[in-house]
Amino acid sequence: MTVKQLEKTANLVRQDIIKMLVEAGSGHSAGPLGMADVFTALYFEVLNHRPKQPDWPERDILVLSNGHIVPVRYAAMARAGYFPLKELLTLRRFGSRLQGHPERTKLPGLETTSGPLGSGLSQAAGLALALRMDGNQTRRIVALLGDGELDEGNVWEAAMLVPKYRLHNLTALIDRNNIQIDGPTESVMPLENLRAKWEAFGWHVLEIDGHNMAEIIGAFSLARAIVEQPTLIIAHTIPGKGVDYMEYDFHWHGNPPGTLELAGDPPKAEQAKAALHQLRTLGGRIRGEHQ
Amino acid sequence: MSKDLHLNPQLLSREVQQEPIRAGFGRGLVEAGRRDRRVVALCADLTASTKMDLFAAEFPERFVEIGVAEQNLVTVGAGMALGGKVPFVSSYAAFSPGRNWEQIRTTVCLNQANVKIVGSHAGVSVGPDGATHQMLEDIALMRVLPGMRVVVPCDSLEAEKATLALAAHEGASYLRLAREKTPVITTKDTPFTLGKAQVFRVGHDLTMVACGPMVYQALLAAERLSKQGIEAEVINCPVVKPLDGVTILGSARRTGAVMTAEEGQITGGLGGAVAELLGDHHPAAMTRIGLADRFGESGTPAELMEHFGLTAPHLVKRAKELLKRKGGS
Repeated sequence: MTVKQLEKTANLVRQDIIKMLVEAGSGHSAGPLGMADVFTALYFEVLNHRPKQPDWPERDILVLSNGHIVPVRYAAMARAGYFPLKELLTLRRFGSRLQGHPERTKLPGLETTSGPLGSGLSQAAGLALALRMDGNQTRRIVALLGDGELDEGNVWEAAMLVPKYRLHNLTALIDRNNIQIDGPTESVMPLENLRAKWEAFGWHVLEIDGHNMAEIIGAFSLARAIVEQPTLIIAHTIPGKGVDYMEYDFHWHGNPPGTLELAGDPPKAEQAKAALHQLRTLGGRIRGEHQ
Repeated sequence: MSKDLHLNPQLLSREVQQEPIRAGFGRGLVEAGRRDRRVVALCADLTASTKMDLFAAEFPERFVEIGVAEQNLVTVGAGMALGGKVPFVSSYAAFSPGRNWEQIRTTVCLNQANVKIVGSHAGVSVGPDGATHQMLEDIALMRVLPGMRVVVPCDSLEAEKATLALAAHEGASYLRLAREKTPVITTKDTPFTLGKAQVFRVGHDLTMVACGPMVYQALLAAERLSKQGIEAEVINCPVVKPLDGVTILGSARRTGAVMTAEEGQITGGLGGAVAELLGDHHPAAMTRIGLADRFGESGTPAELMEHFGLTAPHLVKRAKELLKRKGGS
């Protein structure tokens, strides 16, 4: 896929997210919208995988630690061909394979069950160790973490272990969107200097614009070439990216369109429409929705 | 004593051989590693204490030193299980599963990862280290988790067999080990099946269901009761979950009185499990030996077992009290 095609796909993923959340009536908005570009890059360019054979033994493994942003993973998986797009609208419903937080045993293609924060990097490390013991040099593990999740001690236990065993077959990426449920990360529990902390733990740190396809793909590509240390990508993202009334506002962390009305927001009943319109017209840069 | 179980003929003698239960785990793990290349071992800075050192020496490339980080211990283990390994993860029971319960719930049980959690130094018989290190709540913590198997061996030989059985069995499991030397009750020929309790001693007046080091105390108590004309049936119940309801209920129906004995909290532990079973199927006079809503403290193992009412003389006394409540007789 060209960068342009990837960008277009990411936009569709964002529209899917809005539709899913509105249909579900609950769920997280800001994180999934902010990570749509990273997930699109992973599923359509970076990962070696087979959507029609989710348990393909040679596949790369994507571990999502902050399970609450799973709507973006579901949308990217559906767009990649793992399951029909219409199943996205079953999110959070009774009997759905698309649980509110991801469950490995419910939907083929999910690699771990997550939601309770802080345990994804450790599981990714365990998977990387297993590959190492098997002498496998080709498969790669990608672990995605949120920034608020870094408050969890379990993350730093794993941050010590991965460099100890020089697990360069593992690449971690932190979604640095600067918000968590209670507010900005730096007021809830300061994380900076984030880069220096991970470097001090023995990681090779790359910082990228998490909305720039070329930078996302370039970072994962570079990570494959670095073997002396494991690589951590700090992806700077805008929470709620693509929907202006959500962008940068921590109140949209755990709420779907239509449930919250802050000063300057569209009326609740108009929010879903406004979000989809913005995405379809790229924030007014395209005049008609069908152009 | 049951003849077909090939118990140690010396078990009631003063010269009975003694060995820490955890030593059997150490031997079993090495043998499991020889039989299956997928078996790996992870430890949280207690490799010698938990007897993982034998495995680490023979299979250094399959051993992972996690450091003092029990949350990482079990979650790295979960990842390795998803990667096709059969990980045994060990620490003191107070820390694992004491500290990392949510990780066990989510990344092992809900995630259906084939991880074997090994908690050593359980019970008050840890001794001088005191209450912080005497894990009493682990059976309850693990028993309540959906799909989790809970195994509490009575001696080192049973621990060895249990380790091999767990390595071959697909599914999340908890193996509880004790620190102190414990009389070796069984022999190499004693059968062991996951999910099966065994009648070690036949009797008709009351049923004693015990696990871990308390099985020996129950056998001693039964011997003393026998001299007073009371015949106690002693059931060794190494698998607390899934509980062998057939064996326990069968005995309870014959005797009409049930005592449980464990080195842990009676709430939610073996006592809780047997009480639930009887409550559902065959309510009977019952008494539970163990710690009742209290912590341990420092002391020698013998002092503590005596202080908390876990020795044979206490069991004899409690058995007689139980019989007074049995069916109005």
